Amino acid sequence: MQIFNIVIAGVGGQGVLMASKVLAESALASGLDVKQNEVHGMAQRGGSVISFVRIGDQVSSPVVMPGSADLLISFEPLEALRYIHYLKPGGRLVYNKVSINPSTVAAGLAVYPQDVEEQIAVACAEAQGIEALAIAREAGNGKAVNMVMVGKVMKHLPLKEEIITEVVKKISQNKGLEVNMKALAGGAAA
Amino acid sequence: MKKIISGNEAIALGFGDSGGVFASGYPGTPSTETLEEVARLGDVYCEWAPNEKVALESVIGGSIAGGRSLSTMKHVGVNVAADALLTLTYTGVNAGLILMVSDDPGMHSSQNEQDSRNYAKFAKVPMLDPSDSQEAYDMVRIGFEISEQFDTPLMLRTTTRISHAKGVVVQQEKIAPKIEAWEKNVPKYVMLPNFGKLKHIEVEARLLKLQEYAETTPLNRIEMRDTEIGIITSGVAYQHVREANPNASILKLGMIHPLPARKIAEFAGSVKRLVIAEEMDAIFEEQIRAMGIEVEIGKNKLPLCGEFSADIIRTAINDTPAETTSPVEGLPQRPPVFCPSCAHRGLFTILSKLKVFVSGDIGCYTLGALPPMNAMHSVIDMGASISAAHGMAKVNAIAGRAEKPVAVIGDSTFFHSGMTGLMSMAYNGGNALVIIMDNRTTGMTGGQENPGTGVTLQGVPARQVEMVPLVKALGIDNVVEYDAYDLKATEAAIKKGLETPGPYVLIDKNPCILRYKIRKPAIKVDQENCTGCRACLKVACMALGLTATGEDKQKVRVDPNVCNGCGVCAQMCKFDAMHAIEGENNANL
Ligand code: SF4
Ligand code: SF4
Ligand code: SF4
Repeated sequence: MQIFNIVIAGVGGQGVLMASKVLAESALASGLDVKQNEVHGMAQRGGSVISFVRIGDQVSSPVVMPGSADLLISFEPLEALRYIHYLKPGGRLVYNKVSINPSTVAAGLAVYPQDVEEQIAVACAEAQGIEALAIAREAGNGKAVNMVMVGKVMKHLPLKEEIITEVVKKISQNKGLEVNMKALAGGAAA
Repeated sequence: MKKIISGNEAIALGFGDSGGVFASGYPGTPSTETLEEVARLGDVYCEWAPNEKVALESVIGGSIAGGRSLSTMKHVGVNVAADALLTLTYTGVNAGLILMVSDDPGMHSSQNEQDSRNYAKFAKVPMLDPSDSQEAYDMVRIGFEISEQFDTPLMLRTTTRISHAKGVVVQQEKIAPKIEAWEKNVPKYVMLPNFGKLKHIEVEARLLKLQEYAETTPLNRIEMRDTEIGIITSGVAYQHVREANPNASILKLGMIHPLPARKIAEFAGSVKRLVIAEEMDAIFEEQIRAMGIEVEIGKNKLPLCGEFSADIIRTAINDTPAETTSPVEGLPQRPPVFCPSCAHRGLFTILSKLKVFVSGDIGCYTLGALPPMNAMHSVIDMGASISAAHGMAKVNAIAGRAEKPVAVIGDSTFFHSGMTGLMSMAYNGGNALVIIMDNRTTGMTGGQENPGTGVTLQGVPARQVEMVPLVKALGIDNVVEYDAYDLKATEAAIKKGLETPGPYVLIDKNPCILRYKIRKPAIKVDQENCTGCRACLKVACMALGLTATGEDKQKVRVDPNVCNGCGVCAQMCKFDAMHAIEGENNANL
């Protein structure tokens, strides 16, 4: 198969890395080659985070080049816009509609653009926003936004939904299992 | 069994599977997870050292005592450990010894972009450079074999895109650790000049033997494809080259020091255009040009600074810019900030207000340099906050300036190399205010244990170093604890420290919110009382924000999904508009 490039973006602390892990493990469980990469530097919450997952028969570079992503998953609208140029023409974007202020905005040094969603719609015809935080809360924990997002994109991946569900089951700790399963299903239905 | 793991995890696993006995390191991005993963193996001993020199020296002891040993650190850590390394190369090893060093091209989380390959040349030791997780795993085993066969320490080098990128790894059969005899051997391990002189001759001879090994090892392989272009490359650059130009012939170097001169000449002779694709310094290129080999594309076209990508390589080889889409312009940046409710926020709110010169250090608190705080004015290396502040105070005194400098440092950095600077300040009659943010962890790299944590890397309860007696023992009489969450008290404490002549140390003991998972109820802004004066925004917390434009006057709101209730912003409010919401905390970050 042709290489399928995924970019996952969000804010430090939102669980971007766990979502990346689920996709990478699912690719491995499907017998495909996969490279996953993110730059995690400083530990603090609140910085912009970007992660790459590349799936195919044989994958060399761990880095997705701008203009070549099949799918961009963003956990925050402004981050969707920040990395939208990673999409290839016709690429798909799924984003969480709940915004988080960058520190620059919080300090009154910059303004959060009011028209982020309009800009997204103009830049990408295949864009869809969901209320991932509400769905995660309904599933039992606001932190499960990442699983909601994975659930939402499942049907757009070159991977079987059952395999992804199995992987989430495997890596969920006891308490989180039920929440994650609900979040996955909630995302898929959104 | 196949696994998908990062380069760091692969090295840890390789260590466990290759008879590894003892590992020691100091946290530093992107190397940190390696030792954490060794700890997770469960059956191999490992520990955090207070700094990289101690880590490497401990591992030298481990090797002398007969156990295969591993030391892990980031590139700048090798500067700290270099004193040990440059003589370790003379003594050689007993059991195999690997020094894993992680470079950070692109400076994702580092203060410089130094290329550790220089250290392999400098120390005259072999260096391996994996291109993916599988190679990282395999090279630990081969590395130990080389180390033992040639009686040399070996450097295993990664870069951020190897350390943190995950790829598929197939494990080899596990070798059980076997401990060599612990023997006295004065001419080998005591580097008095007479013994050292003999050892230097051996080191030079060893390098020639290693070069012969490099000629034949499968670590260095020629992949012949189209002979129009031949590319010499290593590490993650190999992957970018494969992506950019799948038909090019490649000499892939896995062992990057010493270089296989004959193999390089053979490869260069079999292709029309020779390209050298190496990230950062021109280390291959300089050596290859010195061999009299003509290089068409090297650092004349490829950057010395920053990371490579497939696009960068394509552009250099094809001499046309790669087609690429550009990002949306004008978006607000999202730089890292102190976590919501981190104690550093209180301190920097006051330092920013007082407009003092702050000599800073390496840690989360370095973010105090960014707007709107703008309250850190020099950051050099681990521990420099205190020693540099000392020098500033000395010159200020000579210049007749009244201002007293302030040094800010965290506990882990203080244990690493701040202590010696403070001792010097006490001894040499210094005059600076030193603020130690003792949050009982190594915060910036993700909350690792340190001598103040009370527990070791492997979870064993440990002796906890107490900051106040330690500082007093170094010769400081004025040592005062303060609470950075209390802005008034913090301001008063800093002013007192600045007014009192001589060295003065303030210690905040609030724990790291992230590491110790501290949760408090969120703050809410009473929109009736809020005047929109924006005083609270000065604390630079991402939970704060202005209400939508278009309203008469923008007021402040707090994002209950992000706020963690430290109350620092509320202390800035003169209009009684900020209050804690009783009940459960919602913070999702
Ligand atoms: S990781 Fe800890 S020390 Fe660093 S900003 Fe967050 S709370 Fe503060
Ligand atoms: S909004 Fe205020 S109370 Fe909440 S975490 Fe930020 S500074 Fe602390
Ligand atoms: S300091 Fe108080 S009054 Fe001023 S903007 Fe903040 S909440 Fe409103």
